[in-house]
Amino acid sequence: MHDPIPTVVADAADACGIEARFRVDYPGFALDVDLRLPGRGVSALYGHSGSGKTTCLRCLAGLEPAAQGYLRVNGDVWLDTGAGIALPTHRRPLGYVFQEASLFPHLTVLRNLRFGLTRVPGGQRRVDLDQAVELLGIGHLLARMPAGLSGGERQRVGIARALLTSPRLLLMDEPLASLDVARKQEILPYLERLHDELDIPVIYVSHAPQEVARLADHLVLLEEGRATASGPIAQILARLDLPLAMAEDASVVVQGTVADFDPAYRLMSVRLPGSSSRLRVVHRPLPTGSTARLAVKARDVSVALAQPQGSSIVNVIPVRVLDMAPAGNPDHMLVRLDADGTLLLARVTRYSRDQLGLAPGVPAWAQIKAVSVLA
Amino acid sequence: MHLDSSDLAAIWLTIQLASLTTLLLLIVGTPIAWWLARTRSRLKGPVGAVVALPLVLPPTVLGFYLLVVMGPHGPVGQVTQALGLGVLPFTFAGLVVGSVIYSLPFVVQPLQNAFEAIGTRPLEAAATLRASPRDCFFSVVLPLARPGFITAGILGFAHTVGEFGVVLMIGGNIESKTRVVSVQIYDHVEALEYAQAHWLAGGMVVFSFVVLLLLYTRRRSTPLW
Repeated sequence: MHDPIPTVVADAADACGIEARFRVDYPGFALDVDLRLPGRGVSALYGHSGSGKTTCLRCLAGLEPAAQGYLRVNGDVWLDTGAGIALPTHRRPLGYVFQEASLFPHLTVLRNLRFGLTRVPGGQRRVDLDQAVELLGIGHLLARMPAGLSGGERQRVGIARALLTSPRLLLMDEPLASLDVARKQEILPYLERLHDELDIPVIYVSHAPQEVARLADHLVLLEEGRATASGPIAQILARLDLPLAMAEDASVVVQGTVADFDPAYRLMSVRLPGSSSRLRVVHRPLPTGSTARLAVKARDVSVALAQPQGSSIVNVIPVRVLDMAPAGNPDHMLVRLDADGTLLLARVTRYSRDQLGLAPGVPAWAQIKAVSVLA
Repeated sequence: MHLDSSDLAAIWLTIQLASLTTLLLLIVGTPIAWWLARTRSRLKGPVGAVVALPLVLPPTVLGFYLLVVMGPHGPVGQVTQALGLGVLPFTFAGLVVGSVIYSLPFVVQPLQNAFEAIGTRPLEAAATLRASPRDCFFSVVLPLARPGFITAGILGFAHTVGEFGVVLMIGGNIESKTRVVSVQIYDHVEALEYAQAHWLAGGMVVFSFVVLLLLYTRRRSTPLW
């Protein structure tokens, strides 16, 4: 009787997600990161130029041959320099969207799209040409040469081309950075559709807070080649110990479920997760039950100890003070508030803090003057 | 026409020599140019300098050393003899070898420029689209470097047609074997047959002008050579 062949069953929780440790040394710059990113949704690598975000993305793609470390993507090891494993870029099932599209200038749009598609074995194709063309709205461009496209069109073709390799990880290096505001607005909805319709983990490099707030589920802050914070976006944006909170327009991202819509006032009501509180905002109707992503600026939130009555402010929700920290400006404080698990930041004067006796644990009411709908 | 049969033989031989040399140079020069364009090795400088040597050396120097090396007592000569090929000097094959070395920089440098101009981004893009390095070379690099290949081919051909010193040193002057147009002109002048020298020399001027015209009007940018 034979012993059963021992099988290694990977711990499901352990195998899922992206585990990345990289070390690269260049003269004058070193990247040294140890990241754990979720295996689905959009993770943003955020930081100023020179913080190492692009280098980190290139390490994920295998485009930095000098990188040392370890990389596992949803269970598959792509890099383990200790064990002598380093999958070359063309063997990694990833899609890469470069900052400047980098279409092949000698090929038509269609042949650019087919370049990656035809190199993926038939059995591994999960995205077909029509689907990608439709998703990015580029059907009318197929016969054109890249030189004749606008920046926004080129970038959409670049994204479709990357998707057509049916990647198991999509890497995007500031895909909107080279575009003007109008073109950014043209592409953002496509990126959101990508996020909603395709179940591919995306790692998105950006130095634009607005893009990150709109697209990211998970946020990594990079500074001088090191990751200073990593976590769900709502938590990271609300952290008082990070420079994000110090910014003049510090804001948090709140995800909720669309509860109802009052057509008389065009008022959409969004229920916060795990709470009976709702935020109401004037907006075009979104389908009931869909997820809405809202941004709330710290300076638009004020704090009251008693429920205010007869106010023009629509959104007043019960909260509890979590903690406080001096804001960038010495006369102001940032107060972190917990609305049944949803984190908010309020910017108040030191005077108000003392008058109200704000301290951790104090129950209060957050008055939210403005809410913007991101998606 | 005032060209006699030996003139025509010289023209035909020159065309054969230049065509074969250009073909071999494109095959040999491409990997050298690719390596020079991509490498970060310390050998890049020395190798680049060796490739460029024929640009500055007098053809007689080149021809002299080729004669020595390929001759019966030279290292290459010993090998060719051991292989039963005899010795290369004073043969068409020897002329081809000499021409390949003599025209090498005229093919390698335009190719190297073309490869460098492509940059690394298209290669990286191709790699992220599952193209192996070899696949990428044929599907991306070659098409993008096509103008460089045309320039390299034209220059390699034209420069080989224009060689004289190397041929004289290693080829001698054997009709239909090693006597190319430039040597034939020399012979005519030596024999005071100025009319026939004119026909061939004038033909060379026209040929060279047309080639350069092609080269300079094909692209607006001025080629290096």
